[in-house]
Amino acid sequence: MTLLAFVILLAAVVIGYVMNLRAARAIRDGGTRMHSLEGFHGGYAALMTLVPTFFLIIVWLLFQDTVITAIVKAGLPAGVLGGKGTGEVQLIMSEIRSIAGGRIFGTPEDWKLEAAEHLVALRELSGWLLVAVTAALASAMMYISRRTVAAEFRARQGVERILHGLMVSCAVVAIFVTIGIVASLLFETIRFFQMVPFWDFVLGTNWEPQIPIREDQVAAEGAFGMLPVFLGTLVIAFIAMFIATPIGLLSAVYLHEFASRRVRGVVKPVLEVLAGVPTVVYGFFAILVIAPAIRSFGDNFGLPIAPNTALAAGSVMGIMLIPFISSFADDALGAVPRSLRDGSLAVGATQAETISKVLFPAAIPGIVGGILLAVSRAIGETMIVVMAAGLIAKMTINPLDSVTTVTVQIVTLLIGDTAFDSPKTLAAFALGMVLFLMTLCINILALRIVRKYREIYD
Amino acid sequence: MFDVQKPETAVDQTAIKIAARNVQVFYGNTQAIKDVDVDIQDKTVTSFIGPSGCGKSTFLRCLNRMNDTIDSCRVEGEILLDGQDIYAPRVDPVQLRARVGMVFQKPNPFPKSIYDNVAYGPRIHGMARTKDEIDEVVEKSLRRAALWDEVKDRLDTPGTGLSGGQQQRLCIARAVATRPEVLLMDEPCSALDPIATAQVEELIDELKQRFSVVIVTHSMQQAARVSQKTAFFHLGNLVEYGDTNTIFTNPQDHRTESYITGRIG
Amino acid sequence: MTDQTNATGFDWDGPAFQSQMKKRRRSQIRLKLLGLGAIAIAFLMLMLLIGSLISTGYQAFTQTHLKIEVFLDPEHVDPENPARGNYRQILTDTMKVQFPEVADDRAALRRLTSILSNGAQFTIRDRVVANPGLIGETVQFNVPVSDDYDQLNKGLIDPETPEAHRRLKDDEIANFELLKDRGVVTKPLNTALLTNADSRFPELAGLKGALVGSFYALLTCFLLSFPLGIGAALYLEEFAPRNRFSDLIEININNLAAVPSVVFGLLALAVFLGWFGMPRSAPFVGGMTLALMTLPTIIIATRAALKAVPPSIREAALGVGASKQQVVFGHVLPLAMPGILTGTIIGLAQALGETAPLLLIGMNAFITSAPSTPFDSATALPTQIFIWADSPERGFVSRTSAAILVLLTFLITMNALAIFMRQKFERKW
Repeated sequence: MTLLAFVILLAAVVIGYVMNLRAARAIRDGGTRMHSLEGFHGGYAALMTLVPTFFLIIVWLLFQDTVITAIVKAGLPAGVLGGKGTGEVQLIMSEIRSIAGGRIFGTPEDWKLEAAEHLVALRELSGWLLVAVTAALASAMMYISRRTVAAEFRARQGVERILHGLMVSCAVVAIFVTIGIVASLLFETIRFFQMVPFWDFVLGTNWEPQIPIREDQVAAEGAFGMLPVFLGTLVIAFIAMFIATPIGLLSAVYLHEFASRRVRGVVKPVLEVLAGVPTVVYGFFAILVIAPAIRSFGDNFGLPIAPNTALAAGSVMGIMLIPFISSFADDALGAVPRSLRDGSLAVGATQAETISKVLFPAAIPGIVGGILLAVSRAIGETMIVVMAAGLIAKMTINPLDSVTTVTVQIVTLLIGDTAFDSPKTLAAFALGMVLFLMTLCINILALRIVRKYREIYD
Repeated sequence: MFDVQKPETAVDQTAIKIAARNVQVFYGNTQAIKDVDVDIQDKTVTSFIGPSGCGKSTFLRCLNRMNDTIDSCRVEGEILLDGQDIYAPRVDPVQLRARVGMVFQKPNPFPKSIYDNVAYGPRIHGMARTKDEIDEVVEKSLRRAALWDEVKDRLDTPGTGLSGGQQQRLCIARAVATRPEVLLMDEPCSALDPIATAQVEELIDELKQRFSVVIVTHSMQQAARVSQKTAFFHLGNLVEYGDTNTIFTNPQDHRTESYITGRIG
Repeated sequence: MTDQTNATGFDWDGPAFQSQMKKRRRSQIRLKLLGLGAIAIAFLMLMLLIGSLISTGYQAFTQTHLKIEVFLDPEHVDPENPARGNYRQILTDTMKVQFPEVADDRAALRRLTSILSNGAQFTIRDRVVANPGLIGETVQFNVPVSDDYDQLNKGLIDPETPEAHRRLKDDEIANFELLKDRGVVTKPLNTALLTNADSRFPELAGLKGALVGSFYALLTCFLLSFPLGIGAALYLEEFAPRNRFSDLIEININNLAAVPSVVFGLLALAVFLGWFGMPRSAPFVGGMTLALMTLPTIIIATRAALKAVPPSIREAALGVGASKQQVVFGHVLPLAMPGILTGTIIGLAQALGETAPLLLIGMNAFITSAPSTPFDSATALPTQIFIWADSPERGFVSRTSAAILVLLTFLITMNALAIFMRQKFERKW
């Protein structure tokens, strides 16, 4: 059905183009001087038909499932959903959906079968409606654009206006993404704070989000104090930066000042490979190599080492950040004008003195910006910590202990089935909000520093 | 067109400070300097003139081995400073550059205070260790660069905040602070306005009391005004070298004559 | 150089200066060595990473198989309904033929049958269903052995360790050695790794579902982010007036590029799944999420490519009376295309390795068949790696490494393509 709608759209676009082209040619052949070339008249018709109809189809497809589900739910016999939580309702709806898809397990109740039939009928109806609406809109637009063909009609400007509008909307999508992020986080976070007091979350030192799902379950009450999670994030980020900053900066200094062209040609791609390795790979590397190495090291020295040490996750994250810091520092050093370097060498400074006394201080703002961006990455990094760090939140700064991070909690709270009315799920969004705000502040600061710095030397 | 001053030549200025023999410079496979022989006298201002791209700046940068910092650059031949080959393996370019200072085309003060800019060289070479010693070097150098009176009350302000002419004099002060024997100047006035240029030229005249000064310039008037000796470079060759007034009034080579009369360049 | 102190009054050859020089040279060497050391550490880590992946992963590219003669007993398979046959029994009978001495010991027989993978019966079933004429005949099959025996054959289980500490007991090892001596044990290339979908049993698990899922997700990501990114970049670089609005978009895009990926996952979970009711675990939704993350990368790369086209080209076209859009679409955009494509490929390579947002929209489900449309539930390569890395069975360790090697192969190919394009089409103006 959807395919048919697209075929109709395509046909309408082609027909509209040809019709307008022919009409424009006819006017030109009649000896009238046209404002725009015939091609623009055709293009105008094509775009006028394509753009609105295409958007109609997309919006239809986006929302039809939601609407149909709502109608089916409303059509269910009274009482069957009474007193059930969102999770159960979701389960029933997905069962109905799979019955409608022909996958029947066991013997479902009659009302479920009826609902499934209802669902199938609605889907069919929606499909036909879509085709009808597409055809109607497409032909209407074709008709409207056909009527515009005239010698004095500025078809080129018309085409350009539409293209311009399309480009503006592309740019606005970027804003909508941000709005989407903020809105989704804000919405769920507000709901979270309706269940858990704000200050309990912000200042609480106890994080035990596993709350009872059924009445009779024996489990902790559920505590949502973010401080230990936050602290764990900082511990791991600190370890990562502790490793990545010196190694990244020193390798940038070497590459920038001492390395021959050949060495640069080898080392730069290696660092780029290191930067291109997906984080899930680093996570596996942490549990496969680094964590066992740290554990056997600890065993040899009789140190008590937790199975998921902050050190393992942090150091692998540090390795991940080395190329990031190194390339930022290399760029920053490269942005310092050559004349400063010459000036320093000309009074007889060694390369080391030139680097440490002139180039490095001059490049500091750029380097600091890069380090800040690396910190924000370390805080927001997910897969390494999900795989290599712990799950239990502890108020500790011992790198050999197991800590958890904001991102680990977000992922573990949301993996599996999620119901949007449990504080456990919503807590993930509150943590996401914290994460977003934290990284946003660091990023804005870093980008501002970097940009200011570029302005000085440009 | 040329109001050539007759330079007052003192007797002891004839001592040779730098002697270049058979110098060739290559960038990769292209030869930038061919067979240059030149003797630069002590306590004299020598100017290098010639059309753009003739190799005069390249040759100047050979004299304190600044070309070492360019990967593809290769220097052959002999350059003797006080009779010692500066390209000999045992010579450290770092030490050499302290003895042969350099001032660049564009003023390039470090983004530090005026004081730190001047103290930079003496500090790294350990020429002045105590605060008093450094204070003294800074004041003396700034006085020599004729900048002291203008900046003595704001030594802590950044050197990048000065005007163009002041910045260039600061760079000269920075170069003379290491007490060099030779001062190389690569078109030091090309980024300056006429008044600042006049100040720097006056300063060059002062400086020749203590150092041998080598200056690359585009302006023949400037060469005539400040220098006692002039070398004319053309397409990587040293065409003519001699007393400034001879070069300008009675050039031996027709290329020199064409250049100073404005037919080539 | 010279012995006498020179006119300027500083002794360049004096002991004070020389010892100072020595110190300075030493600190120069120290800095150089530190830098070399830092690079060496980075190098070492990359070697360690690749080395550990290859040394654990290469085992997964082969799989131990057993060549067995199977008598398709009509007693157990009904020719009318071959799909419902008792293939387990057929396999038990097959093993009985191999080891006649334990024919009556049911327990020993069961342990013998466990040499074969759990999937062996389905391999046979599928052959029979495809060709029911085989029933009643003896057919040779090459079936995978179960994970423990695969490990034994690859030397990952050491028969020297005490019996209590290993998964296979002495008699089981002896039985397997017997089979080996008979020459029925083979170790062919493990094509199942690429042609099978996920499975609970390591010897059967493959990447097909993940590969198809990743392909659909990347396709969706490309179809959305490429036109949107170019449109936005064209507007910002060529048409937008310099005002607060375009500044806002610009700051916004730069910040989006640095938002943690897990936040995009939260967005997708709340908006795509929660508000729009899109299906969970669908590669289409995954692709939409990845598109949001790739968008800033493509916009930034496109703007850089547009900036690199010299203004003289624009002026030349404007000078002959072309409209601004004709200049941009006719001249600037085609000239910038190689740069844009390079940036897009790099952005897609990043998207291919992205894991966290896909976890949040449920692309880590356990799904045993490859998706046939972008709207079916599926995994993606990185999430499949995550699932396998989390699985306790020994055999999944090498399969995780192998999957990573497959992923890295794709990434390196994409990056190499980008570098190739950059070098081939790069124009110096």
